[in-house]
Parts: sequence; structure tokens; C-alpha cells
Amino acid sequence: MSSNYRRRHLVERIMFGATGLATGFTVGILIFLLGFLVYQGGSSLSLDFFTHLPTPVGEAGGGMANALVGSAKLLFVAALVGIPVGFLGGVYLAEFGQGTLAFSIRYAADVLNGVPSIVIGVTVYGLVVVPLGHFSTLAGGLALGLIMIPVTLRTTEEFLRLVPTSLREGSLALGAPRWVTIVRVVIPAGLRGVTAGVLLSLARVAGETAPLLFTAFGNRFWSEGWLQPTASLPVMIFTYAVSPYDDWHRQAWAAALVLLVLVLGSNVLARLILNRGQGLRRAS
Amino acid sequence: MLTRRLALLAAAILILTASLGGAAKLINGAGATFPYPIYSKWFDEYRKKNSDVQINYQSIGSGGGIRQVLEGTVDFGASDGPMTDEQLAQAKTPILHFPTVLGAVVATYNVAGVDKLRLTPEALAGIFLGKITMWNDPALVKENPGVALPAQPIVPVHRSDGSGTTYVFVDYLSKVSPEWSKNVGRSTSVAWPVGLGGKGNEGVTGLVKQTPNAIGYVELVYAVQNKLSYADIKNRAGTFASPTLESVTAAAAAAAAKMPSDFRVSITDPDAPDAYPIASFTWLLVPSAIPNAETHKGIVQFLEWMLSEGQAFTKPLGYAPLPEAVVAMERPAIQKIRVGDR
Amino acid sequence: MREVDFHGVSSTSLTRSPARMAARRPRVGGRRRWPHADRSFEFGTLAFALGVIAITLVVAGVLFHSSAAARDRYGWSFLWTSTWDPVQLEFGALPFIYGTLATSAIAVAIALPLGLLAAVCLAELLPTRLSDPLAFLIELLVAVPSVVYGLVGVFVLVPIMRSIENAVLPVLGSIPLFAGPVYGIGLLTAGVLLAIMIVPFIVSVSREVLLAVPQSQRDAALALGSTRWETVWHVVVPYARSGILGSVFLALARALGETMAVTMVIGNRPDISASLFAPAHTMAAVLANEFAEADSNLYLSALIDIAFVLFGITIVVNGIARLLIAATTNRATEVRG
Repeated sequence: MSSNYRRRHLVERIMFGATGLATGFTVGILIFLLGFLVYQGGSSLSLDFFTHLPTPVGEAGGGMANALVGSAKLLFVAALVGIPVGFLGGVYLAEFGQGTLAFSIRYAADVLNGVPSIVIGVTVYGLVVVPLGHFSTLAGGLALGLIMIPVTLRTTEEFLRLVPTSLREGSLALGAPRWVTIVRVVIPAGLRGVTAGVLLSLARVAGETAPLLFTAFGNRFWSEGWLQPTASLPVMIFTYAVSPYDDWHRQAWAAALVLLVLVLGSNVLARLILNRGQGLRRAS
Repeated sequence: MLTRRLALLAAAILILTASLGGAAKLINGAGATFPYPIYSKWFDEYRKKNSDVQINYQSIGSGGGIRQVLEGTVDFGASDGPMTDEQLAQAKTPILHFPTVLGAVVATYNVAGVDKLRLTPEALAGIFLGKITMWNDPALVKENPGVALPAQPIVPVHRSDGSGTTYVFVDYLSKVSPEWSKNVGRSTSVAWPVGLGGKGNEGVTGLVKQTPNAIGYVELVYAVQNKLSYADIKNRAGTFASPTLESVTAAAAAAAAKMPSDFRVSITDPDAPDAYPIASFTWLLVPSAIPNAETHKGIVQFLEWMLSEGQAFTKPLGYAPLPEAVVAMERPAIQKIRVGDR
Repeated sequence: MREVDFHGVSSTSLTRSPARMAARRPRVGGRRRWPHADRSFEFGTLAFALGVIAITLVVAGVLFHSSAAARDRYGWSFLWTSTWDPVQLEFGALPFIYGTLATSAIAVAIALPLGLLAAVCLAELLPTRLSDPLAFLIELLVAVPSVVYGLVGVFVLVPIMRSIENAVLPVLGSIPLFAGPVYGIGLLTAGVLLAIMIVPFIVSVSREVLLAVPQSQRDAALALGSTRWETVWHVVVPYARSGILGSVFLALARALGETMAVTMVIGNRPDISASLFAPAHTMAAVLANEFAEADSNLYLSALIDIAFVLFGITIVVNGIARLLIAATTNRATEVRG
């Protein structure tokens, strides 16, 4: 072996070692967080937690059942708002977008992504809550959906653009119109990455607190329908974490743990549902 | 295939979220974070007696509470500081103030080897003005004989968010320090000359616990629950008052004699001998005209319950109950709330 | 039944599509079943894409409108005034602008190499069996509520940073960048916490992008005699450059707008100091802290003005980043076969 090759080989080993360290470090943070949450809040997890309403401090048997359902409802509305706009917008940018218009759309999405979530919450407050006269699940879901849009849009665009042009050309050559090419060929080919983007944005809004304070508000009780204020896990975590009581602190940690486990679970579920039938992992 | 699965998922969610509530009337309130624990206890206990009323209170901050009650998006508000004249002028219906419990702001510190600290008003103001910078400053040593104060720089900690707690603290400092009154002033949020900012009572608590030689101000209940050291403050009568539930109630009782009819009063720096000088009421803000008859009944009956049986729940949670004199003044004031349009 | 063809495309979908069926029929004059379908599809998706611009404009409009009182009073000097006095009603955004830019810069400077290296490991080195679950775990970091990051930051990160800063102080303390006093709380700690919060965006998206790079590219490089690392660094990563940079944008945007976690570890002191160890304040943090309690209309308007300035800064930062990318992009790597 020449010394040049030895040197390059050494560089390779060092750099790959560095990548391993980076991965270990990042995963380690997550493991640490999970462990921390389990340690701090594990004792508060019980069947009560998942089935009971919150109780005042000092009383045993309180839970966050309404917050769990509330978060699910909020994310449902958020998905209805965020996914169509983000996904279809991303399709446009990837397939038809060119020139100044596409540039402006991408730019706008990046800027929107940088708006603090509390500002989105205040905007929705002014546009929805004040005219309606009360807080509601719809307003909260709308705020979360707006936050979802930029991430969904940009990741959809990136992954659809990565689909090789040869695929598109092949489909068009077979006589399929453009829209069929996109719907039946490009999107399924890019679905794996697009799913990852959508799930990433859902995961992000699942933990957002500030926008909900002025839109969905909060509720100690069950929320009926879609026009009443509703409890949500992040707001409950925040409310309990900033209280002076150890019991509530533990419940806050427990709720954070539950939130993470639920997000992980839905991630896995969604990927199983959507990625079945995808052939090779890597494009050739 | 995919759309079918998604449709099933959506249907499952919709079924899950079908109406789960009861037929009870929901009353919404928003405001101060400080009394959230006692309010949630009260609303829960009240619901046990009166199951057809659900009072949903969310702590979004005193300012948030004031704004939402002015907008009409909630049925009542709550605030650690009374509404200003400008804010009251913005209300479509006059807003009434009802004191509920008392809180105290304590000076909590983290200095190794110091168990009990005594502070004069001038010393406290000096620390937060940045004039007194070392723990072994003569002004501090003088009032604390026998305590080994270290030669370390003081790290003041204040609130970064606007809050009623800050308002009470700077209200007191403005009364006892002309320099503070002139240069900094009183508000829920001020331009602090020195120090780190912590978000919320728990933020300040955390910062003080974590930072050696720090001193900050928090609500009494936070200091007690987190087992922090807090200082005795010299009151106007010359005694070094320790913040206890009794000394806080004494401060309120001293103010009861001069209580205005709208209950908007500051009780910091009172004259009574056993009173703790940095105490305050916290108020419920109720519109004087409530359109919905059920909501009106729910709120009025709750207020009456709060003044009679509710006060018994305060001490176990670390809040000081209202003095009898104030309770007696409030009862007739409840009658001012009527049913009608805003 | 789905048959999976090469490229993972189901061949039955092509055989059954109306267009394919139409293609089988003899065509006269090029008539198709839905002649306007392509147009409608394009305009349909365009409508949604334009929706994004509309939303951004609405937010900008609301911010502009609500900050009118402050803008009338302070004008452009808002950007370079350092006082923040809610009692005297004197407001200036400079310390917050500094804090936001500094923490975001630190965060991206840490998160980009860390995230990219981790993505390389997950995409190139580890088998999918291991890589997929690890990627899930890293993405989970995105769902952790900001307030939890803040609390863990205060209880765990701050003491660690304090020890590190105290250890470094005697050695580097004479350099203004590392001047004391050391609290543990401060600009650097906030930057590190932000880096942890944004790294999953970079890892997740970059990993997917790297996985999508055609194997032919790697094979070609290896055939020419590169080591695996050289392949990754000189061929695969540049090919995926656009996606990776896109992920950095996402991460940067999150860093600029992050509130809760930052406010718990930055010290919330509206001062500008050269030192990384000093407490600071950011635009998003001051907004989150003081918005709920702002008691006068001018105060509220000044806070919204800060949000508006942040909006403007996001536009500028994005613009600069894009210019940098345009200047350094090698056109050859844009070809995708």
C-alpha cells in the first residue's frame, strides 16, 4: 500500500469514527431525556393518568385523560389544515415550479417557518377567536396547522425532486398524462421521504405550547365537539411544570413521557401504513 | 388502499372524540398564575357541591386575564394586580374586583452558610438597584450580627416576564426607596438595573437554587414548597417580620380600615407591628352585567361560597386567607353583579 | 395484487390508469379523456402553494398593523436603540436582535456538523435494520415540548456549562469573547441548547436525502478508486447538497423563533456583551415573556414591533443564505439522471 493510500484510509477511519460519535451523541441525548423523564415522572404513571380528569393539587387519582383526547383532536385539525396545503404546495413546487414564483413560495415558506409559534397563535386569536367570541379546538388546530405547513412543504418538495427524471420520462413516454405521472409514479416513489417530512412536522406541533394558550385555551373538563376550549398535553405540562408543587411537577414529567411515547408510536404506525409496498430501500 | 386506511383512521378519531361531556354549564375564566392551585382546588370542591356548574380556569397570566375579560372571550378574569384606570375605561361593562386570597413576595437567597438573613428596605432596594454589590457590604453586615456573610458578589435575580409578583415587589420598592421610584418605577414589567431574569416564579426559584450567591423574589408558596431560605424584612413599625400566613393576613387587616369600595388597594409597606411588608391581594375580575342567567347564578353563588367555606382551603395549600373585615365588605358587593347585556 | 417493479414502482398502477387504457385505444387527433386534467392539476396545486404566500402575507399584515403605534413613535431608531423600559415607555430592539442572531449562529455552527456527520453514519454506514430505529429515536427529539427542554436545560445543562465555563475562564478569560463572570446561564448555554433542539431536523432530512442518492453515483466513485469516506464526502454529500441545505434552513428557522427553552437558560438580560458567557435576551423570548402581561397599548405595540423585526430579520437571513448557496453551487451537481 502506498503511503498516500494509508493516509486516506486513516482519514476515512477517523471521519467514520467521528460520524459514529455524532450519532451516539445525538441518540444518547434522546436516551438521556427519556431516562430523565422516566426517572422524574414514572411514579406518576398509572391507569388513573390515562382515564381520569385532572384533580387539584394534593388529591390523588388525578389524570390527563382530557388532555390526551384534546391533543388528538387538535392534531387531527392541524393535519387537515397543514398536510393538504403543505403536500400539494410541495407537489407544485417540485413538478411545475420555476422562476420567480417558485422562488417566492419557497422563500415565504422559510420565513413562515421562522415566525415564533406564539405569533401564529396571536394571529389566529385575532382572526378566529375574537370574531367567534370564545376559544375553541378549531382555532387551536388551525394555529398548529399553519405551523406545520412550511416543514411539510419544503420536505415534500425536496423528496419529490429527488425522484429521478428517468422515472417521469418513462411514464410520459408510455403515454400517461402529466398529472397521472405525478400521482401514480412520482409521489409513490417519493412517498417515503414525504412521509418522513409530514411526520416530522406533526411531531413538532405535537409539542407546541405557546400557540395553544390563546387559541385552544385549556379545559379542566372534557371538551365537547370542536368549538369549546380544550385541554392539551403541552399546555398541561407547562401549567404543572411552572407550579410550586412536586406532585404536579412529577405529573408534568409523566405527561411529557407519554407525549413522546405517543409520538413515537404514531410515527411507527404511520410508516407501517404508508410505506408498505415500497420495494427497495435505496434508489438504484 | 391507502385512502381507505386513512379514512378508517379518520373515522376512528371522530368516534373517539364524540361528545364526552356532561350537561353541566361551562364557565370559563382566565388570569393569574399565582393563585392557580387554590382556584383549581376551589372550583373542584365547589363542583362537588354543585355538579351542574363547571368552572374552567386557565392561568395565562394576569395581563392575559385582564385582556380576555375586556374582550369578553371569558366569563371572568383574575389578576395579581388591580386593573388600572385606563384598562377599566376600555371595558364595555364595568368590571368589579373581588379579593380572593393573599400572597406574599419573599426575598429568597442561596448563600452558603447563611441560615437566616435580615434585610432592611434600603438594603433590598440597594441590592436590586445595583448599589450594594457584595454580600459582606457593611449595610448588610450591620443588620445581621453573628452571620458570616461571604465576600462574594451578589447575583440578583428578577422576573423576565411581566407579572403581578413583580408589580407587588416594585410597588413596595417604590414606596420605600425614592431612588427606585424615580429611576425604575412600578409596573408588571420594569427595566431592571442589574440581574438575571427568570421566567415565572419557578424560573426565579430555579435560578436562585442553581446560582451561588443569588438573591431573588418569589411568591411565598414557591419558597415554602421548594424549601428555600428567605429573608425577614424590616417593616415600617421597625420589626423584622418573617413572611408567614399570619403576618400576611395581618398586613391585609391593617389595610381593611382604609379599603376603597372597589377593593383596588395596595397593601405593601403597612403600618401594623406584626405585618409582613410585601403582601398583596389577588382578585377575581367579574363584569358587573352577565348576559347568561345560568352563568350569572354560577358565578354569584361561587363567590358567596368562596368567601364562606372556600377560605378554609387556603392555608393547607400555602395561601393566606382573607381577614374577616375584608370578607364582611365583600359579601354585599357580590350583589352588584346583575344579569343583563354587556 | 401489487407487483413491485424496479424503482419500487407498482406496475399495475400504470396498466390500470385511465391514461394507459386510453393509450391502448387507437387515438384520433390526439383526443384524451380529460383534456384539461393536466391544467387543472397544475392550477389546483398552484392554489395551495399560493396559499403559503397568502398566509405569510396575512401574518406580516397583522404584525404590521398591530405595531403601528410603536413604529410611529420610534421609527427606524427602534433597530439600534438599546433601552427596554416598560415604565418610561422607551423601547429598542438592538439587544434582542444581537441575542437572536448570536444564539442562532452558535446553534447552527454546532448542529450542522453534528447533524451531518450523524446523518452520514445513519445513511451510509449502518444497515437499515439499525439505521431506521435510530432515526426514529432522533426524530423523537422534535416532539419534546420546548418547556421540557428548558427545564432539563436548567437542571442539567446549566450546571455542566457552568463547570466547563469555569474551567475555561482562567485560560481564556482575558479574551473578551470568554470574559466572566460565569453564571452557567448565558448566550453560549442557550446556543448549545438550541443546537440540541434543531439537530434532529438536520439529521432526519439529511439522512433521507442521502439515502435517495442513486447508488450509481457511489459505484462510479468507488470504481475510480476513492475510499468510502471520499465517496461520501466528495460525491454523495454534494449530490444531496440542496436537500441538506434545505434542512439547515428548517433548523435555522426553528432556532430564530424558539422561545420557551431559550428563555429559561439565557438569563433574559437585554444587554449586549462581547462575552459568550454573558446573559442575553432574544426577540422571541422577550415576546413570549412579556406579551401576556403588557399593560399599555404602546408596550404591546412595541412587542409586536419586535415580532415584525424578527420577521424582517428572518427574510434577510434567508436571503443572505440563499445568495451564499447560489454563489457556491456547482451547476454540474444539479444533473439528476
